[in-house]
Amino acid sequence: MSSTGRILPTLQRRNAPLASTAEQRRRIEAACPGRFDEKIRSAGLWPLAATGIEILQINVGKRCNQTCRHCHVDAGPDRRDVMPPEVVEACLDLLEHARIPTLDITGGAPELHPAFRDIVMRAARTGAHVMHRCNLTAILLPNYSDIPELLAAHGVEIIASLPYFKARETDRQRGDGVFEQSIEALRRLNCLGYGQGGGLELNLVMNPVGTFLPGNQQQLETRWKDELLRRHDIRFDHLFTITNMPISRFLEFLEENGRTAEYMARLVNAFNPVAARGVMCRNTLSVGWDGTLYDCDFNQMLDLPVLEGGPSIFDVQPDVLRTRRIAVGAHCFGCTAGSGSSCGGQTV
Amino acid sequence: MSTRPHYYDHQDLPRFSEIGQASEHLARKFFDYYNAVFEEGALTAREKSLIALAVAHAVQCPYCIDAYSRDALEKGSNLDEMTEAVHIAAAIRGGASLVHGIQMLNHANELGM
Repeated sequence: MSSTGRILPTLQRRNAPLASTAEQRRRIEAACPGRFDEKIRSAGLWPLAATGIEILQINVGKRCNQTCRHCHVDAGPDRRDVMPPEVVEACLDLLEHARIPTLDITGGAPELHPAFRDIVMRAARTGAHVMHRCNLTAILLPNYSDIPELLAAHGVEIIASLPYFKARETDRQRGDGVFEQSIEALRRLNCLGYGQGGGLELNLVMNPVGTFLPGNQQQLETRWKDELLRRHDIRFDHLFTITNMPISRFLEFLEENGRTAEYMARLVNAFNPVAARGVMCRNTLSVGWDGTLYDCDFNQMLDLPVLEGGPSIFDVQPDVLRTRRIAVGAHCFGCTAGSGSSCGGQTV
Repeated sequence: MSTRPHYYDHQDLPRFSEIGQASEHLARKFFDYYNAVFEEGALTAREKSLIALAVAHAVQCPYCIDAYSRDALEKGSNLDEMTEAVHIAAAIRGGASLVHGIQMLNHANELGM
Protein backbone atom coordinates (compact mmCIF):
# COMPACT_ATOMS: atom_id res chain seq x y z
CA MET A 1 0.00 0.00 0.00
CA SER A 2 1.23 3.50 -0.76
CA SER A 3 1.81 5.70 2.24
CA THR A 4 2.17 9.38 2.86
CA GLY A 5 4.71 11.60 4.58
CA ARG A 6 7.07 10.48 7.30
CA ILE A 7 6.00 6.95 8.15
CA LEU A 8 6.90 5.59 11.54
CA PRO A 9 6.30 2.07 12.75
CA THR A 10 3.25 1.88 15.01
CA LEU A 11 3.47 1.11 18.71
CA GLN A 12 2.22 -2.35 17.92
CA ARG A 13 4.82 -2.93 15.22
CA ARG A 14 7.59 -1.81 17.56
CA ASN A 15 6.14 -3.97 20.32
CA ALA A 16 6.39 -0.86 22.48
CA PRO A 17 5.20 -1.02 26.10
CA LEU A 18 2.35 1.35 25.23
CA ALA A 19 1.05 -1.13 22.66
CA SER A 20 -0.54 -2.66 25.74
CA THR A 21 -3.83 -0.92 26.55
CA ALA A 22 -3.51 -2.04 30.17
CA GLU A 23 -0.16 -0.27 30.37
CA GLN A 24 -1.68 2.85 28.80
CA ARG A 25 -4.50 2.87 31.33
CA ARG A 26 -2.05 2.33 34.18
CA ARG A 27 0.12 5.27 33.15
CA ILE A 28 -2.80 7.62 32.52
CA GLU A 29 -4.36 6.83 35.90
CA ALA A 30 -1.00 7.11 37.68
CA ALA A 31 -0.31 10.54 36.19
CA CYS A 32 -3.80 11.93 36.77
CA PRO A 33 -4.23 14.21 39.79
CA GLY A 34 -8.01 13.83 39.90
CA ARG A 35 -10.72 11.17 39.71
CA PHE A 36 -13.14 11.52 36.82
CA ASP A 37 -15.99 9.76 38.61
CA GLU A 38 -15.71 12.19 41.51
CA LYS A 39 -15.72 15.20 39.17
CA ILE A 40 -18.77 13.84 37.38
CA ARG A 41 -20.46 13.26 40.71
CA SER A 42 -19.74 16.83 41.79
CA ALA A 43 -21.25 18.01 38.51
CA GLY A 44 -24.45 16.08 39.34
CA LEU A 45 -24.03 13.74 36.38
CA TRP A 46 -23.22 10.48 38.19
CA PRO A 47 -23.72 7.84 36.99
CA LEU A 48 -22.85 9.20 33.56
CA ALA A 49 -25.39 7.61 31.25
CA ALA A 50 -26.35 7.60 27.60
CA THR A 51 -29.30 9.69 26.45
CA GLY A 52 -29.88 7.73 23.25
CA ILE A 53 -28.06 6.55 20.15
CA GLU A 54 -27.96 9.39 17.66
CA ILE A 55 -24.69 8.30 16.05
CA LEU A 56 -23.39 4.86 15.21
CA GLN A 57 -19.65 5.27 14.82
CA ILE A 58 -17.92 2.33 13.19
CA ASN A 59 -14.16 2.00 13.22
CA VAL A 60 -13.60 -0.09 10.12
CA GLY A 61 -9.94 -0.72 10.85
CA LYS A 62 -6.59 0.68 11.88
CA ARG A 63 -4.89 0.67 8.50
CA CYS A 64 -3.80 4.13 7.46
CA ASN A 65 -1.39 5.64 4.95
CA GLN A 66 -0.16 8.09 7.61
CA THR A 67 1.34 7.74 11.08
CA CYS A 68 0.37 10.98 12.79
CA ARG A 69 2.20 11.66 16.03
CA HIS A 70 -0.97 12.34 18.00
CA CYS A 71 -2.97 9.33 16.74
CA HIS A 72 -5.01 7.73 19.51
CA VAL A 73 -5.70 4.73 17.29
CA ASP A 74 -2.03 3.85 16.69
CA ALA A 75 -3.03 3.54 13.05
CA GLY A 76 -0.56 3.04 10.22
CA PRO A 77 0.31 1.07 7.11
CA ASP A 78 1.49 -1.87 9.16
CA ARG A 79 -1.84 -2.44 10.94
CA ARG A 80 -3.87 -5.42 9.76
CA ASP A 81 -7.04 -4.93 11.82
CA VAL A 82 -9.87 -4.67 9.29
CA MET A 83 -13.58 -4.99 10.01
CA PRO A 84 -14.73 -8.35 8.55
CA PRO A 85 -17.83 -8.64 6.34
CA GLU A 86 -20.03 -10.17 9.03
CA VAL A 87 -19.38 -7.22 11.37
CA VAL A 88 -20.09 -4.77 8.55
CA GLU A 89 -23.40 -6.55 7.91
CA ALA A 90 -24.34 -6.45 11.57
CA CYS A 91 -23.53 -2.72 11.78
CA LEU A 92 -25.62 -1.87 8.74
CA ASP A 93 -28.43 -4.03 10.11
CA LEU A 94 -28.33 -2.19 13.45
CA LEU A 95 -28.24 1.18 11.69
CA GLU A 96 -31.40 0.36 9.76
CA HIS A 97 -33.42 -1.55 12.32
CA ALA A 98 -32.57 0.56 15.36
CA ARG A 99 -33.31 3.67 13.24
CA ILE A 100 -30.08 5.40 14.20
CA PRO A 101 -30.02 8.73 12.36
CA THR A 102 -26.29 8.97 11.63
CA LEU A 103 -23.50 6.62 10.60
CA ASP A 104 -20.01 7.94 11.33
CA ILE A 105 -17.29 5.98 9.51
CA THR A 106 -13.84 6.23 11.01
CA GLY A 107 -10.53 4.37 11.15
CA GLY A 108 -7.52 4.40 10.33
CA ALA A 109 -8.21 5.64 6.89
CA PRO A 110 -11.67 4.18 6.22
CA GLU A 111 -11.13 4.37 2.45
CA LEU A 112 -8.59 1.55 2.75
CA HIS A 113 -11.26 -0.89 3.91
CA PRO A 114 -11.96 -3.20 0.97
CA ALA A 115 -15.74 -2.70 1.29
CA PHE A 116 -15.67 1.04 1.99
CA ARG A 117 -17.57 1.96 -1.17
CA ASP A 118 -20.20 -0.66 -0.49
CA ILE A 119 -20.61 0.49 3.13
CA VAL A 120 -21.17 4.08 1.98
CA MET A 121 -23.72 3.18 -0.70
CA ARG A 122 -25.70 0.81 1.49
CA ALA A 123 -25.70 3.13 4.49
CA ALA A 124 -26.90 6.03 2.33
CA ARG A 125 -29.73 3.84 0.99
CA THR A 126 -31.05 3.35 4.53
CA GLY A 127 -31.70 7.09 4.66
CA ALA A 128 -29.16 7.64 7.43
CA HIS A 129 -26.92 10.68 7.39
CA VAL A 130 -23.46 9.33 6.56
CA MET A 131 -20.25 10.96 7.82
CA HIS A 132 -16.80 10.01 6.63
CA ARG A 133 -13.66 10.87 8.63
CA CYS A 134 -11.02 11.54 6.04
CA ASN A 135 -7.29 12.15 6.43
CA LEU A 136 -7.38 13.89 3.00
CA THR A 137 -4.29 12.14 1.61
CA ALA A 138 -5.92 8.71 1.25
CA ILE A 139 -8.23 9.98 -1.47
CA LEU A 140 -5.16 10.91 -3.54
CA LEU A 141 -3.74 7.39 -3.45
CA PRO A 142 -3.79 5.28 -6.62
CA ASN A 143 -7.00 3.21 -6.78
CA TYR A 144 -8.85 5.54 -4.41
CA SER A 145 -9.31 8.61 -6.59
CA ASP A 146 -12.94 7.70 -7.38
CA ILE A 147 -13.94 8.04 -3.74
CA PRO A 148 -14.65 11.80 -3.62
CA GLU A 149 -17.16 11.44 -6.47
CA LEU A 150 -18.77 8.48 -4.72
CA LEU A 151 -19.09 10.44 -1.49
CA ALA A 152 -20.55 13.42 -3.32
CA ALA A 153 -23.04 11.25 -5.22
CA HIS A 154 -24.39 9.92 -1.91
CA GLY A 155 -24.37 13.23 -0.06
CA VAL A 156 -21.85 12.03 2.48
CA GLU A 157 -20.59 14.61 4.97
CA ILE A 158 -16.79 14.74 5.00
CA ILE A 159 -14.91 15.50 8.20
CA ALA A 160 -11.31 16.08 7.21
CA SER A 161 -8.26 16.44 9.42
CA LEU A 162 -6.21 19.60 9.08
CA PRO A 163 -4.54 20.77 12.28
CA TYR A 164 -3.31 24.09 10.90
CA PHE A 165 -3.49 26.26 7.80
CA LYS A 166 0.28 26.16 7.28
CA ALA A 167 2.65 23.38 6.28
CA ARG A 168 5.12 23.47 9.16
CA GLU A 169 2.60 22.84 11.89
CA THR A 170 0.56 20.36 9.87
CA ASP A 171 3.57 18.33 8.77
CA ARG A 172 5.03 18.20 12.28
CA GLN A 173 1.93 16.38 13.42
CA ARG A 174 1.00 14.40 10.33
CA GLY A 175 4.19 13.83 8.34
CA ASP A 176 6.32 15.62 5.77
CA GLY A 177 4.40 16.71 2.71
CA VAL A 178 0.98 15.97 4.21
CA PHE A 179 -0.08 19.62 4.20
CA GLU A 180 0.59 20.07 0.49
CA GLN A 181 -1.33 16.92 -0.35
CA SER A 182 -4.15 17.89 1.99
CA ILE A 183 -4.53 21.19 0.15
CA GLU A 184 -4.66 19.33 -3.16
CA ALA A 185 -7.37 17.04 -1.76
CA LEU A 186 -9.37 19.98 -0.41
CA ARG A 187 -9.22 21.64 -3.83
CA ARG A 188 -10.63 18.47 -5.38
CA LEU A 189 -13.42 18.38 -2.83
CA ASN A 190 -14.22 22.06 -3.41
CA CYS A 191 -14.38 21.39 -7.15
CA LEU A 192 -16.96 18.68 -6.51
CA GLY A 193 -19.08 21.18 -4.58
CA TYR A 194 -17.96 20.27 -1.07
CA GLY A 195 -17.79 23.21 1.32
CA GLN A 196 -19.46 25.55 -1.15
CA GLY A 197 -22.78 25.91 0.66
CA GLY A 198 -24.71 23.71 -1.77
CA GLY A 199 -25.44 20.88 0.63
CA LEU A 200 -22.24 18.87 0.38
CA GLU A 201 -20.80 19.47 3.81
CA LEU A 202 -17.05 19.68 4.31
CA ASN A 203 -15.92 20.16 7.89
CA LEU A 204 -12.37 20.35 9.14
CA VAL A 205 -11.00 18.93 12.35
CA MET A 206 -8.03 20.42 14.15
CA ASN A 207 -6.11 18.80 16.97
CA PRO A 208 -3.55 21.09 18.62
CA VAL A 209 -0.01 20.53 17.36
CA GLY A 210 1.38 20.06 20.85
CA THR A 211 0.43 19.73 24.49
CA PHE A 212 -1.92 22.68 24.67
CA LEU A 213 -5.69 22.79 24.55
CA PRO A 214 -7.64 24.02 21.54
CA GLY A 215 -8.85 27.59 21.77
CA ASN A 216 -12.29 29.00 21.09
CA GLN A 217 -13.74 26.99 18.21
CA GLN A 218 -15.70 29.84 16.66
CA GLN A 219 -12.73 32.21 16.66
CA LEU A 220 -10.41 29.55 15.25
CA GLU A 221 -12.94 28.70 12.54
CA THR A 222 -13.06 32.35 11.46
CA ARG A 223 -9.28 32.47 11.16
CA TRP A 224 -8.98 29.08 9.42
CA LYS A 225 -11.58 30.21 6.88
CA ASP A 226 -9.82 33.51 6.23
CA GLU A 227 -6.38 31.96 5.92
CA LEU A 228 -7.35 28.97 3.77
CA LEU A 229 -9.33 31.20 1.43
CA ARG A 230 -6.60 33.84 1.19
CA ARG A 231 -3.69 31.46 0.85
CA HIS A 232 -5.23 28.59 -1.11
CA ASP A 233 -8.72 29.63 -2.28
CA ILE A 234 -10.21 26.79 -0.21
CA ARG A 235 -13.62 26.87 1.38
CA PHE A 236 -15.17 24.68 4.06
CA ASP A 237 -18.22 24.72 6.30
CA HIS A 238 -17.14 24.34 9.92
CA LEU A 239 -14.04 23.76 12.01
CA PHE A 240 -14.23 21.24 14.85
CA THR A 241 -11.64 21.48 17.61
CA ILE A 242 -10.63 18.22 19.28
CA THR A 243 -8.40 17.94 22.34
CA ASN A 244 -5.49 15.54 22.01
CA MET A 245 -6.27 12.46 24.07
CA PRO A 246 -3.53 10.98 26.25
CA ILE A 247 -3.83 7.65 24.44
CA SER A 248 -1.52 5.60 22.19
CA ARG A 249 0.94 7.72 20.24
CA PHE A 250 0.08 11.03 21.91
CA LEU A 251 0.61 9.32 25.25
CA GLU A 252 3.94 8.07 23.96
CA PHE A 253 4.83 11.66 22.97
CA LEU A 254 3.91 12.86 26.46
CA GLU A 255 5.88 10.09 28.12
CA GLU A 256 8.95 10.66 25.98
CA ASN A 257 8.93 14.32 26.92
CA GLY A 258 8.12 13.75 30.59
CA ARG A 259 4.91 15.73 30.26
CA THR A 260 2.16 13.21 31.04
CA ALA A 261 1.54 14.47 34.57
CA GLU A 262 1.59 18.10 33.44
CA TYR A 263 -0.86 17.41 30.61
CA MET A 264 -3.21 15.41 32.82
CA ALA A 265 -3.14 18.18 35.43
CA ARG A 266 -4.04 20.68 32.73
CA LEU A 267 -7.01 18.56 31.64
CA VAL A 268 -8.19 18.07 35.22
CA ASN A 269 -7.81 21.76 36.11
CA ALA A 270 -9.79 22.68 33.01
CA PHE A 271 -12.70 20.34 33.88
CA ASN A 272 -15.93 22.02 32.81
CA PRO A 273 -19.20 20.55 34.11
CA VAL A 274 -21.13 22.16 31.25
CA ALA A 275 -18.83 20.48 28.73
CA ALA A 276 -19.29 17.20 30.58
CA ARG A 277 -23.03 17.35 30.02
CA GLY A 278 -22.49 17.26 26.24
CA VAL A 279 -19.86 14.54 25.91
CA MET A 280 -20.32 12.44 22.78
CA CYS A 281 -20.48 9.07 24.54
CA ARG A 282 -23.96 10.01 25.71
CA ASN A 283 -25.43 9.90 22.20
CA THR A 284 -22.93 7.72 20.35
CA LEU A 285 -22.35 3.99 20.08
CA SER A 286 -18.90 3.00 18.87
CA VAL A 287 -18.17 -0.31 17.16
CA GLY A 288 -14.67 -1.73 16.93
CA TRP A 289 -13.30 -3.51 13.87
CA ASP A 290 -14.03 -6.88 15.51
CA GLY A 291 -17.60 -5.94 16.46
CA THR A 292 -17.02 -5.09 20.11
CA LEU A 293 -19.20 -2.23 21.35
CA TYR A 294 -17.80 0.82 23.12
CA ASP A 295 -19.05 4.14 24.41
CA CYS A 296 -16.61 6.04 22.21
CA ASP A 297 -13.57 5.62 19.98
CA PHE A 298 -11.26 6.50 22.88
CA ASN A 299 -12.67 3.79 25.14
CA GLN A 300 -12.29 1.50 22.14
CA MET A 301 -8.58 2.20 21.91
CA LEU A 302 -8.19 1.53 25.63
CA ASP A 303 -10.17 -1.73 25.48
CA LEU A 304 -12.98 -0.46 27.71
CA PRO A 305 -16.16 -2.03 26.23
CA VAL A 306 -19.71 -0.99 27.10
CA LEU A 307 -20.80 -1.91 30.61
CA GLU A 308 -24.20 -3.15 29.47
CA GLY A 309 -26.18 -3.80 26.30
CA GLY A 310 -23.36 -5.68 24.57
CA PRO A 311 -20.57 -6.59 24.55
CA SER A 312 -20.69 -7.29 20.80
CA ILE A 313 -22.60 -6.16 17.74
CA PHE A 314 -23.82 -9.76 17.55
CA ASP A 315 -25.64 -9.60 20.89
CA VAL A 316 -26.60 -5.97 20.79
CA GLN A 317 -29.49 -4.75 22.97
CA PRO A 318 -30.46 -1.33 21.57
CA ASP A 319 -32.94 -0.48 24.33
CA VAL A 320 -30.36 -1.16 27.02
CA LEU A 321 -27.67 0.72 25.11
CA ARG A 322 -29.81 3.84 24.79
CA THR A 323 -29.71 4.42 28.54
CA ARG A 324 -26.53 2.53 29.41
CA ARG A 325 -24.06 3.63 32.04
CA ILE A 326 -20.86 4.93 30.47
CA ALA A 327 -17.46 3.39 31.26
CA VAL A 328 -15.17 6.21 32.39
CA GLY A 329 -11.52 6.69 33.31
CA ALA A 330 -8.89 9.37 33.69
CA HIS A 331 -8.65 9.80 29.91
CA CYS A 332 -12.23 11.16 29.94
CA PHE A 333 -10.85 14.45 31.28
CA GLY A 334 -9.77 15.02 27.66
CA CYS A 335 -13.40 15.44 26.61
CA THR A 336 -14.44 17.70 29.49
CA ALA A 337 -11.59 20.22 29.50
CA GLY A 338 -12.29 23.83 28.60
CA SER A 339 -15.03 24.09 26.03
CA GLY A 340 -15.21 20.30 25.78
CA SER A 341 -14.19 18.01 22.97
CA SER A 342 -15.95 15.47 20.82
CA CYS A 343 -15.92 14.09 17.29
CA GLY A 344 -18.21 17.01 16.50
CA GLY A 345 -15.91 19.58 18.11
CA GLN A 346 -16.44 21.51 21.31
CA THR A 347 -19.43 20.55 23.44
CA VAL A 348 -20.25 23.90 25.04
CA MET B 1 16.93 31.17 55.33
CA SER B 2 14.58 30.03 52.56
CA THR B 3 14.78 26.44 51.33
CA ARG B 4 13.67 27.49 47.85
CA PRO B 5 16.61 27.12 45.45
CA HIS B 6 15.39 29.71 42.92
CA TYR B 7 13.61 33.05 43.02
CA TYR B 8 11.41 31.83 40.14
CA ASP B 9 9.42 28.57 40.26
CA HIS B 10 7.00 27.60 37.47
CA GLN B 11 4.80 25.95 40.09
CA ASP B 12 4.05 29.43 41.39
CA LEU B 13 2.20 30.46 38.22
CA PRO B 14 -0.99 28.44 38.91
CA ARG B 15 -0.89 29.85 42.46
CA PHE B 16 -1.30 33.42 41.18
CA SER B 17 -4.78 33.76 42.68
CA GLU B 18 -3.34 33.12 46.17
CA ILE B 19 -2.22 36.73 46.14
CA GLY B 20 -5.80 37.40 47.22
CA GLN B 21 -5.20 35.74 50.59
CA ALA B 22 -4.54 39.27 51.85
CA SER B 23 -6.19 42.44 50.58
CA GLU B 24 -8.68 40.22 48.81
CA HIS B 25 -10.72 43.16 47.53
CA LEU B 26 -7.70 44.51 45.66
CA ALA B 27 -6.96 41.11 44.09
CA ARG B 28 -10.59 40.84 42.99
CA LYS B 29 -10.45 44.26 41.36
CA PHE B 30 -7.20 43.39 39.64
CA PHE B 31 -8.38 40.03 38.28
CA ASP B 32 -11.72 41.45 37.16
CA TYR B 33 -9.86 44.17 35.30
CA TYR B 34 -7.32 41.69 33.93
CA ASN B 35 -10.02 39.39 32.57
CA ALA B 36 -11.91 42.31 31.04
CA VAL B 37 -8.77 43.53 29.29
CA PHE B 38 -8.35 40.24 27.47
CA GLU B 39 -11.93 39.89 26.28
CA GLU B 40 -12.65 40.16 22.58
CA GLY B 41 -12.98 43.86 21.74
CA ALA B 42 -11.69 46.24 19.10
CA LEU B 43 -8.74 43.85 19.09
CA THR B 44 -9.32 40.12 18.81
CA ALA B 45 -8.44 37.89 21.74
CA ARG B 46 -5.65 36.44 19.58
CA GLU B 47 -4.16 39.86 18.86
CA LYS B 48 -4.26 40.72 22.54
CA SER B 49 -2.53 37.47 23.34
CA LEU B 50 0.33 38.31 20.95
CA ILE B 51 0.66 41.79 22.46
CA ALA B 52 0.79 40.20 25.92
CA LEU B 53 3.49 37.84 24.70
CA ALA B 54 5.56 40.76 23.42
CA VAL B 55 5.11 42.73 26.64
CA ALA B 56 6.00 39.63 28.65
CA HIS B 57 9.38 39.66 26.93
CA ALA B 58 9.79 43.40 27.35
CA VAL B 59 9.22 43.12 31.10
CA GLN B 60 11.08 39.79 31.13
CA CYS B 61 8.46 37.99 33.19
CA PRO B 62 8.99 34.19 32.95
CA TYR B 63 5.50 33.52 34.29
CA CYS B 64 3.97 35.68 31.58
CA ILE B 65 6.17 34.16 28.86
CA ASP B 66 5.05 30.69 29.96
CA ALA B 67 1.38 31.69 30.10
CA TYR B 68 1.25 33.64 26.85
CA SER B 69 3.32 31.23 24.77
CA ARG B 70 0.67 28.64 25.56
CA ASP B 71 -2.18 31.11 25.21
CA ALA B 72 -0.98 32.30 21.80
CA LEU B 73 -0.79 28.73 20.51
CA GLU B 74 -4.22 27.92 21.89
CA LYS B 75 -5.63 30.96 20.14
CA GLY B 76 -4.25 29.74 16.83
CA SER B 77 -1.09 31.81 16.49
CA ASN B 78 1.97 30.21 14.98
CA LEU B 79 5.68 30.38 15.67
CA ASP B 80 6.30 32.99 12.96
CA GLU B 81 3.76 35.36 14.48
CA MET B 82 4.97 34.74 18.02
CA THR B 83 8.59 35.31 17.02
CA GLU B 84 7.71 38.55 15.24
CA ALA B 85 5.93 39.69 18.40
CA VAL B 86 9.09 39.04 20.43
CA HIS B 87 11.13 40.96 17.86
CA ILE B 88 8.83 43.93 18.35
CA ALA B 89 9.60 43.81 22.07
CA ALA B 90 13.30 43.55 21.27
CA ALA B 91 13.13 46.40 18.78
CA ILE B 92 11.33 48.69 21.19
CA ARG B 93 13.69 47.82 24.03
CA GLY B 94 16.74 48.23 21.80
CA GLY B 95 15.36 51.39 20.25
CA ALA B 96 14.62 52.79 23.69
CA SER B 97 18.27 52.35 24.62
CA LEU B 98 19.58 53.71 21.38
CA VAL B 99 17.35 56.75 21.23
CA HIS B 100 18.77 57.76 24.64
CA GLY B 101 22.04 58.06 22.78
CA ILE B 102 20.73 61.42 21.63
CA GLN B 103 20.87 62.52 25.27
CA MET B 104 24.44 61.29 25.35
CA LEU B 105 25.14 63.31 22.21
CA ASN B 106 23.53 66.38 23.76
CA HIS B 107 25.66 66.03 26.90
CA ALA B 108 28.80 65.39 24.89
CA ASN B 109 28.14 68.41 22.72
CA GLU B 110 27.50 70.61 25.76
CA LEU B 111 30.61 69.39 27.55
CA GLY B 112 32.93 69.35 24.61
CA MET B 113 34.53 72.15 22.70
